Amino acid sequence: MDWLTIITTTVHAAIGWESVVYGLAAIGVNIHFGYTGLLNFGQAAFMAVAGYGLAVAVTVMNLPFWMGIVIGLAAAAILALLLGIPTLQLRADYLAIVTIAAAEIVRLVFRSVYFKDIFGGSDGRRGFTGDFYAMNPFPPGHYGIGPFGFDERVIWFLAVGWSVVLLSCLVVYLLMKSPWGRVLKAIREDEDAVRALGKNVFSYKMQSLMLGGIIGCLAGFFYGLYNGAVQPDIFGTEMTFFAYTIVILGGAARVFGPVVGAMIFWVLFVFVGNTLAELVRNGFIPFMTTTQVGPIRYALVGLGFILLLVIRPQGIFGDKREIAINAR
Amino acid sequence: MPDDTMTTSRKASALAAFKDMPREPGVPKPDPILVVDKVVRRFGGLTAVDVDHVEIQRGSITALIGPNGAGKTTFFNQLTGFDTADAGAWTFNGRAMNGVPAHKVARNGMVRTFQLTKALSRLTVLENMRLGAQKQKGESFWRAMIPAFWRGQEDEITERAEELLVRFKLDAKREDFAGSLSGGQRKLLEMARALMVEPELVMLDEPMAGVNPALTQSLLGHVKDLREQGMTVLFVEHDMDMVRDISDWVIVMAQGTVIAEGPPSTIMSDERVIDAYLGAHHDAPLSDTELESQLHEAEAALEAEIEEETQK
Repeated sequence: MDWLTIITTTVHAAIGWESVVYGLAAIGVNIHFGYTGLLNFGQAAFMAVAGYGLAVAVTVMNLPFWMGIVIGLAAAAILALLLGIPTLQLRADYLAIVTIAAAEIVRLVFRSVYFKDIFGGSDGRRGFTGDFYAMNPFPPGHYGIGPFGFDERVIWFLAVGWSVVLLSCLVVYLLMKSPWGRVLKAIREDEDAVRALGKNVFSYKMQSLMLGGIIGCLAGFFYGLYNGAVQPDIFGTEMTFFAYTIVILGGAARVFGPVVGAMIFWVLFVFVGNTLAELVRNGFIPFMTTTQVGPIRYALVGLGFILLLVIRPQGIFGDKREIAINAR
Repeated sequence: MPDDTMTTSRKASALAAFKDMPREPGVPKPDPILVVDKVVRRFGGLTAVDVDHVEIQRGSITALIGPNGAGKTTFFNQLTGFDTADAGAWTFNGRAMNGVPAHKVARNGMVRTFQLTKALSRLTVLENMRLGAQKQKGESFWRAMIPAFWRGQEDEITERAEELLVRFKLDAKREDFAGSLSGGQRKLLEMARALMVEPELVMLDEPMAGVNPALTQSLLGHVKDLREQGMTVLFVEHDMDMVRDISDWVIVMAQGTVIAEGPPSTIMSDERVIDAYLGAHHDAPLSDTELESQLHEAEAALEAEIEEETQK
């Protein structure tokens, strides 16, 4: 049993690129779902348009890196407008249907043969991260303590990534304790009551959809930057539902809920997966092969989440009183 | 609490305005705050509301009554922008209000409550109250992020909210979630929250529904209080005791139309109102000849029956 590898990979997962990417996606979902009560099932689409916006701007259009970022952000904002204008006037479930369909449309357009010259088909796009890593101030070497640590490339990525995560949390914190956030939370409770008090509910829902979409789209950038590539099938519905799981795990409508939720999610995922793989390799579980570890770990992690939510239905940071009110 | 002379003067002036007013539906009022013309709302083949003309007197408490399904709540929804009327026009303070979205109706000073109370459950009582305040600087996205912009205004709003909570005896609950309040307390909170908007016209949809008798008196007091503070009240209610107690004028709706208006003391003896509630000619006495012929018919039927039995 190689316990050292299991422990180091688990610790790396907690603070690694997965937690940055999924944490940002979940912060966006938390704004939509946790604070405003909007069921946006298309968070992956926001990530996709941003990731592809950056990739296509740099590789196909030969624009500088920063222009790519601007194009990605603009794409996410436009997507929010397109999704919101027809659906935000309607009942909440319509947004859910439209967003899940839109996310699939976006993915299928990116992987279509027709647009292969632009989006690169199912292979996606690569080779757009050069400018980002050229800005790296860390000299080559190993950064960390003992067996824990990253090379200069990853540490640069994580420094930027976690800064953006913390900045996003700060924005959410400031907004949600302001009267603006109060309107959002009130819309979650009952939008007719908010309308009767003279607030333009449509406008606030749109602002929420945009803000959450734009924070979510940052996750798309970071996915592309870490992996050096964007592929269409990464941005499937699975991505969105992982983000939802993370939000509920951390506690909906809590500032740090999505971040801690993402860390727990990936720690569990990596720890269960690697432990299982080691056990199988060393012959402790004779009826399983190493190829079966992948699916089984999904099942076990799912079981873990069920147990966690049975014990703490409000999530890690949630307030039990709120759950009690909901049950009425 | 306003002193007694004030109370009597407000009520007296409201009653004076209604003195000797004809009892016809759509009767013009001396100083109407709300004037409604030919509002129609259909749901498929059903005409839920078809109001020809109605005026609401400023500074009065007007009750809107009618049997179930008369279209009272639908009428409320049209006026407050929560539903779109098929036809018609109405003005509030002389300003046209048809087609205006609900939030702008509220901003203009016409605020409603709901039959099924809409407390914002997972917000505290105080946050519920603060939400009602208008023109909040901190409600704009960019300014919200810098507390310095809105802190001062927030303190003023909180102060006003707390005064209202004391008046409505909810101050002990200020930090509780609104979802933990009882049904009656929610009604109180909803009314107090509506007052945070500083409305001119308060529209209450069944303010007494589901309120326990102990709270009824205090709610009645609060409604009367609104008039004393210069607001106009229009409310839907089924409880006739309440209508008689607090309203200055009563409008009766049935099958979507206004069928009668009048003072609360006499409205329930109005023939049109009795017909609407109990069906036409429900207690019209039979004439003597009718009675006699009916008796003869019954006798003949009985005799025939007896004959039939004996012949067996």
